[in-house]
Amino acid sequence: MTRKIYQDAGSALAGLLHDGMTIISGGFGICGIPDALLKAIDETGVKDLTIVTNNPGLDGLGVGRLVNSGRIAKLIASYAGENATFAKQYLAGKVQLEYCPQGTLVERIRAGGAGIPAFFTPTGVGTEVAAGKEVRVFNGREYLMEQGIFGDLALIHAWKADSEGNLVYRKTARNFNPVMATAAKVTIAEVEHLVEPGEIDPDHIITPGIFVKRIVPLAHVEKHIEKRTVRERA
Amino acid sequence: MPWSREQIALRAARELCDGFYVNLGIGIPTLVANLVPDGMAVQFHSENGMLGMGPFPFAGEEDPDLINAGKETITQIPTTSFFDSALSFGMMRGGHIDISILGGLQVSETGDLANWTIPGKMVKGMGGAMDLVAGVPRIVVVMEHMAKGEPRIVKQCNLPLTGKGVVDLIITDLAVFEVHAGETPSLRLIELAPDVTPAFVRANTAADYVECLA
Repeated sequence: MTRKIYQDAGSALAGLLHDGMTIISGGFGICGIPDALLKAIDETGVKDLTIVTNNPGLDGLGVGRLVNSGRIAKLIASYAGENATFAKQYLAGKVQLEYCPQGTLVERIRAGGAGIPAFFTPTGVGTEVAAGKEVRVFNGREYLMEQGIFGDLALIHAWKADSEGNLVYRKTARNFNPVMATAAKVTIAEVEHLVEPGEIDPDHIITPGIFVKRIVPLAHVEKHIEKRTVRERA
Repeated sequence: MPWSREQIALRAARELCDGFYVNLGIGIPTLVANLVPDGMAVQFHSENGMLGMGPFPFAGEEDPDLINAGKETITQIPTTSFFDSALSFGMMRGGHIDISILGGLQVSETGDLANWTIPGKMVKGMGGAMDLVAGVPRIVVVMEHMAKGEPRIVKQCNLPLTGKGVVDLIITDLAVFEVHAGETPSLRLIELAPDVTPAFVRANTAADYVECLA
């Protein structure tokens, strides 16, 4: 029951990386990002990547690591603020950016993972997002056709896994992770806690192990806070 | 006297109803969370996968795994649920969220909203704003009436749109407008901030509207 478990991020990535590949990465802001896997990818020097993620992390953190070392050819994201290095590269024409509304982005990934090549959504009708896309009317309302996304590799951060790859997430660190886990040829999950089969109540499993090919138990987890907001004690 | 940011938020809070599921944007809309009328219970939705948002944590109790859509640390409450982004946007696009209160850069006289980018000035993105306005049945926009001396309520937006014909109510520091789709004009001026005159609003609004002041 240990065939899915890898010592570290570097060994879990062995044989999977090639220039020009499409990698989809979980996380929202820097919450629930597979940072150990992204760091290991950055260290391999693989390049011309298409990265699909909600936003490119912060400068030098998460997907921001790949931004800083110039490994990204194209980013598909809903938001690219809060990363000045990415903004600079984009404005200098060094990296392509495809803006995709967040709900459309996650639905494209969900569809890709569920064997659905395209779907119609009301989001973006009448905006620049609609440019070049088929519009159809259903029940008197216009909808845009959007296509599914399926990556070569999906990177996931989960809270708990068993050796089968059944995953549980923690609070808002769940975000895109369970959806992205379904939508790539190979999914690797870095996990904070590896437990024995049976320790996770099957009713509580969010991602069934069928979607997870490789598991990296993290020896050390460093989590960052993007905007620390607190209230005074009364 | 134009309304302050807090007073704009207070006026927006009057749009809430007991039992509503509510999505708040960043900026003035965030203030609405602290202004829910007494005796009313609403659940706040956060697009990154949470219903039932609590207040900011006490210092020392911040949790990196618990943030809102603005990436700020927050807390959970007894009614909180967590879910993935696809389900979260299903709630929005599917019309399950009752109301969204959002900031705006421009609103047109037919309810078009521009609030996600200023070309050449920002590399940001629409995030979840386009999905919200496409799916949430009631969209309230709160904003300053003017930006650098220019009206923000206009005949046609010249900034990239977030959605077409999506706004239901506009609350500014000067006035409140309703948008009635299909009517000409669609905009109705329904309230004024204290001591703000109809003529002053007319002079600072670049859109056609009718006055329906009580």
